[in-house]
Amino acid sequence: MKNTIAYRIYDFLKQFPPFNFMSKKDLLEICDLAQVIYLHKDQVLFNRDDDYGSHFYIVQQGAIKLSRPSHDRIKVVDICDEGDLFGLRVTHEDMYRTTATANEETIIYALPMATFSSFAASNKAISNYLIASFASNIKDPYTLETSGQLLTDYNPDRAQNLFGISQARFSEKVIQITPKASIQKAAALMKKHEIGCLVIAEEEIPIGILTNRDLRNTIASGNLKQETLVKDIMSAPVICTTPKVTVGQAQLLLLKNGISHLVLTEDGTSATKIKGILSKHDIVVSFGNSPTELIKEIKRAPKTKDLRHAWSKANILLSRYLNQNLPLSHILNIFGELKDALIARAMELSLRKMATPPPVPFVWLALGSQGRKEQLLYTDQDNALLYTDVSDDQNDQAKTYFLKLANRMNKRLHKIGYDYCPADMMASNPLYCLSLSEWKAQFSEWISYPSPKSILLSGIFFDYTPFYGDQSLSNALTEHIREELNKGPLLIRHMAKNALRNPPPMSFFRQFLVESNGDHKDFFDIKSRAIAPLIDAGRVLALGQGMLTHKHTSTRFTQLAEIDTPNRELFESASYAFKALLKFRTKRGLAQNDNGRFIKLEELTKIEKLKLKRCFKTLRDVQEVIRIRYQTQHI
Amino acid sequence: MKWPWKHTKEYPEFWNTYVNAFAKANPKSLTESRFVSFDTETTGLDVKNDKILSIGAVALQQNTISVMDSFELYIKQEQYNPESAPIHGILKHGEYKKVNEIDAIKRCLDFIGTDILVGHHVGFDLAIINNTLKRYGLGKLKNKALDTGTLYKRLLHPVNYALIKNVYTLDELSEALKIPVYDRHTASGDAMITALAFIKICTRLNSHGKLKLKDLFK
Repeated sequence: MKNTIAYRIYDFLKQFPPFNFMSKKDLLEICDLAQVIYLHKDQVLFNRDDDYGSHFYIVQQGAIKLSRPSHDRIKVVDICDEGDLFGLRVTHEDMYRTTATANEETIIYALPMATFSSFAASNKAISNYLIASFASNIKDPYTLETSGQLLTDYNPDRAQNLFGISQARFSEKVIQITPKASIQKAAALMKKHEIGCLVIAEEEIPIGILTNRDLRNTIASGNLKQETLVKDIMSAPVICTTPKVTVGQAQLLLLKNGISHLVLTEDGTSATKIKGILSKHDIVVSFGNSPTELIKEIKRAPKTKDLRHAWSKANILLSRYLNQNLPLSHILNIFGELKDALIARAMELSLRKMATPPPVPFVWLALGSQGRKEQLLYTDQDNALLYTDVSDDQNDQAKTYFLKLANRMNKRLHKIGYDYCPADMMASNPLYCLSLSEWKAQFSEWISYPSPKSILLSGIFFDYTPFYGDQSLSNALTEHIREELNKGPLLIRHMAKNALRNPPPMSFFRQFLVESNGDHKDFFDIKSRAIAPLIDAGRVLALGQGMLTHKHTSTRFTQLAEIDTPNRELFESASYAFKALLKFRTKRGLAQNDNGRFIKLEELTKIEKLKLKRCFKTLRDVQEVIRIRYQTQHI
Repeated sequence: MKWPWKHTKEYPEFWNTYVNAFAKANPKSLTESRFVSFDTETTGLDVKNDKILSIGAVALQQNTISVMDSFELYIKQEQYNPESAPIHGILKHGEYKKVNEIDAIKRCLDFIGTDILVGHHVGFDLAIINNTLKRYGLGKLKNKALDTGTLYKRLLHPVNYALIKNVYTLDELSEALKIPVYDRHTASGDAMITALAFIKICTRLNSHGKLKLKDLFK
């Protein structure tokens, strides 16, 4: 009997090792016993310490995350992409070593372990392949220097390892000076090359090193004289090593000696010629987690897979920044840049896949929290597309093109980690992929005829920000909205009323209000009870003042503080409160590995609770301003 | 060939087995239920006069589809409509192993048992199968059935009500649910796409984790 589905699985499997070593007949036998399994995002396929099942798996589309606990947190061991095998029992263990979770919507094929094993045992090519690439490192990927073909190199966290095994990058161009040179000459040389360190050498043999710190110490101690020479203040002996040093070794040497530079010589001693110099900064760059390096990585990513890799690195960076307590505005700026680069690159990749270039200029808009650039964690996609007006007979064609482009883009962002919007507020929805005049008409309708629906949508659509493409289009739209809003305050007053829907979350007895039912009973919903009301308030007040350029809530409040003198202090504290709440949520989100929306009150410290309460007082006062200004009780 | 039960009103054994199983079947929960996603390719769209050329079906339980638990038949038919050939690509004297219509019915009933049928625009497929059964003097299918076209509409967010259409084609559905389309317009291929669509729809309807089997029939 013909079996179309088995043939379809066969066609897929035969592209990948080790199945490409198998005969058609054998492989079809496996396909006849296969299962097709669909997993939604975050669905668990098997848990660590579960007994091995009778099947192993290959990813058909999507990606599977393999993780296991490490110390007090969950460590991602690997992400299996299309064509990667996992869950194959290769040792004599009875239980899975890792937990397998769907990293995105995923379809996998489950293949019969017993049947495959019998083929593997009799086919040398298969068993060799498995041993070489699989058997040893599924147990512990950290013990092998290179992971096999099957285990992708996806593991941003691996770079955190102290014993980074890749060879360290260093600069070969070493600025040198003789020991008898004057300090002034040395300082001038450092200034000229804009470097913080000179190597003191005689005939290419290093004798000492002179850093900014040495100079500073000399000046501070008052030992600086006109005739002081470099050799008097240089650090010696020089710590040397070979050019083959690995990142991990170099880092250890720097740490052990409490220094910031290593000199690399031919044989690693200070008796041979200088080959290069390696600084602490080089190490940081090797770890690839500096924002500048990440931006480069994003901009050059050849595939979506690489983008996802880079973006998950960015998230590790984010958690580190938050732990270091850097100012949130600073973090938001850095992530804004990274996000811009990410969207731009994703769009470039999407455009490349299209058969023709876009028929007319367009702009990709981010909406809602992403439009306000307030989103640090992964979230739902909210986006829209705006394209230049075309003549009526060409509109259908243009729309079809841009819908197709938007669809690719939405899929790509999903792969990177952004969920599809449950309400379908995405550019691939024909309602939100419109030409300029269509968008203008849409906004005019929302503004002139407020309805519960348009109020709901205004929260998302008024906060748009161009991310890619021709910004003059979005500027034209903003101008149009400004004109429409000037016609009357109807929509603003409705929005004002809507913004007051959620009063500050303090009960009568100055206790937190927690959710009283549902899955999150006894949790505090920081998003809908604190952050969202503040965002709504900021939007109403800003739109009411005709401030349409800035979308970020704390910027909105800062600007409001500038023009609204009587309420200056209040708006300034609202701006601060917003940042504090957002940081709070992001931190919780990273700790809980979710979007940080629900907070268990018992887990908060006294100080955290006090801080939150202070934010709520500000929120209450801001809402009072809105109530009075827009007379919401009369609507 | 004669079908004795047409005159005596005594049904053949395979039909009695099929019918009696329903009396014995125990109610099952959503996770326990085996669903059979199926599709037919026919000589045309007239349920009264057109004939089934092939039936494809895959069984699914929770989120898993087993190749072993699937079913694909090509049926010998005297009637042949060259106009529908470009759609399903089945030739009158093609090189597929074909079975008699009555054998196909037997195997089909045996495969579906008392389980719930799932189809895209399932009404047509049910009607043409029931009409085939009628020609052999048999009763109608007794299985409950679900339509992915109807179920899909429940996913659409009310904000987008302006966009909700009356009818969604299988191609539109796979586009919207991001299902890769292979082997379209073969009975098995369409049954597979429908099965994936069904799983995806149920997953989304079950985002609160409390979906019951009976909710699907509301």
